[in-house]
Amino acid sequence: MSGKLSRLALAVAAGLAGFGMVGSTTSFGGPSLSAPQPTVRRLTEAQYRAAIAEAFGPGIEVVGRFEPDMRVGGLAAVGASAVSITPAGFEQYDAIARHIAEQVFAEDHRAELVGCAPGSEDPDGARCAASFVTRAGLRLYRRPLSESQVRGAVARTIAGAQKLGGFDAGLQAVLVGMLTSPDFLFRIDVPARAGARDAIDSYSKATRLSFLLWNAPPDDALLAAAASNSLDTPEGLRTQVDRMIASPRFTEGVRAFFDDFLQLRDIDNLSKDALIYPAFSTTVAAAAREQTLRTITDLLVDNKGDYRDLFTTRRFAMTRALGPIYNVPVTASGWSIYEFPEGDPRIGLLTQASLLALHSHPGRTSPTLRGKSIRETLLCQEISPPPANVNFAVVQDVNNTTLKTTRQRLEAHLSDEECASCHKATDGLGLSLEQFDGAGSFRSTEHDEPIDVSGKFDKVPFSGVAALGQLFHDSPKVSQCLVSTVWRYANGRTVEVSDRPELDTLNASFAANGHRFVDLMRTIALDPRFYLMPRVPLAPSVVAADPQPSRRGRS
Amino acid sequence: MTKTVSRRNFLLKGALGGAAVTVGIPLLDCFLDGNGTAFAATLGGGRLPVRFGTWFWGCGMIPERWVPQAAGTGYDLPPQLAPIKAVQDRVSVLTGFDVQLDGKANLPHISGNTAVRTGEASDTWQGITGPTFDVLISDAIGSGSYFRALDLSLDGNPQTSYSFRNGSSMNASIPSPAELYQKIFGPDFHDPNTADFKPDPKYMVRQSVLSGVSEERSALLRRVGADDRSRLDQYFTSVREMEGKLALQLQKPPPAEACVRPEAPVAIKGDITDLGVRKANHKLMTQLLGMALACNQTRAFNMNFDTAAAELRRAGDTTGYHQSTHEELIDRELGYQPTVDKFATGSMEAWADFVETLSAIREGDGTLLDNMLVVAHSEVSFAKNHDVTGIPVMLAGRAGGKVKQGQHIRGSGEPISRIGLTAQQVMGVPVDSWGRGAMRSNRAVADILA
Repeated sequence: MSGKLSRLALAVAAGLAGFGMVGSTTSFGGPSLSAPQPTVRRLTEAQYRAAIAEAFGPGIEVVGRFEPDMRVGGLAAVGASAVSITPAGFEQYDAIARHIAEQVFAEDHRAELVGCAPGSEDPDGARCAASFVTRAGLRLYRRPLSESQVRGAVARTIAGAQKLGGFDAGLQAVLVGMLTSPDFLFRIDVPARAGARDAIDSYSKATRLSFLLWNAPPDDALLAAAASNSLDTPEGLRTQVDRMIASPRFTEGVRAFFDDFLQLRDIDNLSKDALIYPAFSTTVAAAAREQTLRTITDLLVDNKGDYRDLFTTRRFAMTRALGPIYNVPVTASGWSIYEFPEGDPRIGLLTQASLLALHSHPGRTSPTLRGKSIRETLLCQEISPPPANVNFAVVQDVNNTTLKTTRQRLEAHLSDEECASCHKATDGLGLSLEQFDGAGSFRSTEHDEPIDVSGKFDKVPFSGVAALGQLFHDSPKVSQCLVSTVWRYANGRTVEVSDRPELDTLNASFAANGHRFVDLMRTIALDPRFYLMPRVPLAPSVVAADPQPSRRGRS
Repeated sequence: MTKTVSRRNFLLKGALGGAAVTVGIPLLDCFLDGNGTAFAATLGGGRLPVRFGTWFWGCGMIPERWVPQAAGTGYDLPPQLAPIKAVQDRVSVLTGFDVQLDGKANLPHISGNTAVRTGEASDTWQGITGPTFDVLISDAIGSGSYFRALDLSLDGNPQTSYSFRNGSSMNASIPSPAELYQKIFGPDFHDPNTADFKPDPKYMVRQSVLSGVSEERSALLRRVGADDRSRLDQYFTSVREMEGKLALQLQKPPPAEACVRPEAPVAIKGDITDLGVRKANHKLMTQLLGMALACNQTRAFNMNFDTAAAELRRAGDTTGYHQSTHEELIDRELGYQPTVDKFATGSMEAWADFVETLSAIREGDGTLLDNMLVVAHSEVSFAKNHDVTGIPVMLAGRAGGKVKQGQHIRGSGEPISRIGLTAQQVMGVPVDSWGRGAMRSNRAVADILA
């Protein structure tokens, strides 16, 4: 197991190598590679939900707690290639599956979803069971069931029906089995029968494609394309990719990527001190996450925009719950786009409440956490964990009468060389966001002292977050980080040395196409390399740290 | 006592020895000795099942205010330990057991914790090489009960867990008393003391469906690479555990005299990061856990009172416990950090409450705690500088008579892996040495063995 993890961790480092940030990790001299291996990814919670909706419609509720995702290199999509299912996790999947199956066989859904019953021509219901299992199996397993799988399911249905005194009870139990089977819970490549050693079959291709673009399993049209092998031709693939990107479901796929990339899920576990931040609540937190996702898809999908403009946009998705945090009147119910005026401190992604609140303490801001997350997430840079024996005594006393602002207190930090090496990287960026408090509301002073929002990014001095946003907009590091993150998300693994040429091409085409996010997704989806089984290094030489989100350093 | 025991023994033999076990896995092995007849021979020799658990608190303690001066029984209680006064006779305090970093960096709040749990300091959880010792123990004792282990957290976050099979397989926690109640005492709960028992055929059908799932195992494992094979194998192990659980549902559970199905808990209002609210929630969780143990629903648990790098706070304060450990100035008159002191003492109050609650459940002619071994520990000793020497550990329970209680034992710089090794041996794990590198040890902490 550790070999796999090391390899995954390696990718974190390799992802950075292209930017020359972590020099030492580039020199691992090409480890020997395995034979091409099928990828095995566990469905994420969102994917599981989408799969149930695809198979049984949106009327079926999915209730329960899922085994938590694990992030590797910051992405749950990469962690999905490393996780398994624990006994307690399996119990949860089983309970969720039983609840789903009950609903499918309940009176209000049965006719539509099962649609048959034993009768004079089908006395034990074998035909009905076969028809249900074949239909549900195609959707759930994302490929047709084998004859023996259908036969086994029918036999278990009939045996179960006898024990339980009813056909439905037997078939319902079989459905639970399908919902807890590895064919459903994991996405496991099936190698192509003919062709190159690293080729996967059409259904595996359809699965990779639909989870990339929709974060959901293939629909009927895509399954049909897989059945006719048309995905194996460039035209056939292009037809499906165009169709899927034009679909409203593509928005879901883009949301899923940014939710993972920006680690917005952590907002679910965010708590703020109610006395210090009375405007903040779980409703506000959920709305802040939604705001960020809607702002992103408005720009990138609806307006086919330039990724870099996310850092300078004044168009924020807005809803009533967020009015108090942003201090803007919101009269309309639901969501609308609110345009902040020129000169307003709200500009770009960095000033959204979601990220500001997520990377703060429960009762105060943290320029260090904010700076660290910006460096790690948006710039793909690695920030070392703090040394163990730090002398904090000089640093902080929130009631310090001479060091009134966070900046003054943190700058005291920089007098210590050991601290300074990392805090220079994090705090400089974080301090420019100090005009936003721990819940994301604007303030211009701290303890009556005006807040200084000057800083340096890549040696360029700036003042205020609008100027920083512009620097981010213009920085190749920002767009290259996006490209490598999308690639890792798509492939569910870290970047190996052998992947560099592909990433170089992607970076070039992304820049040439005006940094259009949609085009980036399209390029990956059309690239034959996206449909190959990867070779993974056999002897990892570098292990990079990837602390779990719940245990990361706090300062 | 003898009377109780023979009745229990008889009933167990009657219930288990005579039942037809239909699944092809050794799910009942832990009840049986090599001949498949005697009960619980490997469970510490006790006649009642011996349970194991851990209790975790964050950010350690202030050594001068926590470490007792005197060794042995009747040890003194410095101010931060004062809350355990009422349960001191049941709690052993282990001090001066060290983490040897073996030249690795001390990654704050992780190195110490991984070292205590796995016998080797690691700077990430994902990088650990082996299971945590609680998993080794629950593998040995847990598979014959409905839940192999219960992982519990009180901060509302299922990811707060220090129980890992390997770096990519964390045992996620049940993050609230309400969820714990639902899981244990919800619709699938069989009261072991009800007179009538009819096996429900639906469990049989579910079992046969799962065995259909298991049939795919070998074909699937052949298709994938070595790492993925071990992941999928772990999934199939989980499936088999579920099959085992369903098999238990088909048998009349042995009576459990202390078992009373509790009322559903009423959620505590307020900010769960607030120390007072946390303690109230912990009390609720402990009561449910105690009944889950008494009702034989599980034999192993991990209770996380707080996270490593404690996120506890007091409502209204800008600075929480963890930040205070680093930032609070040492009060010149007192000679210590007063806010940190309060949180450390508060954690000990919760621990005392935990021990007291489990001692209050009568079982046989003793208490539930008598048939338990609980290892309580933190991830650092002095949090201010993330010190991993002398990480505080406490033990509670007699483990069915295998353990002497109420002592202060000094480790004198010996590796802290000795404690994990001792716990495994007490619980019947066949292991003679444990840990890696400088942390490898083959010496149990003999002073606690009865």
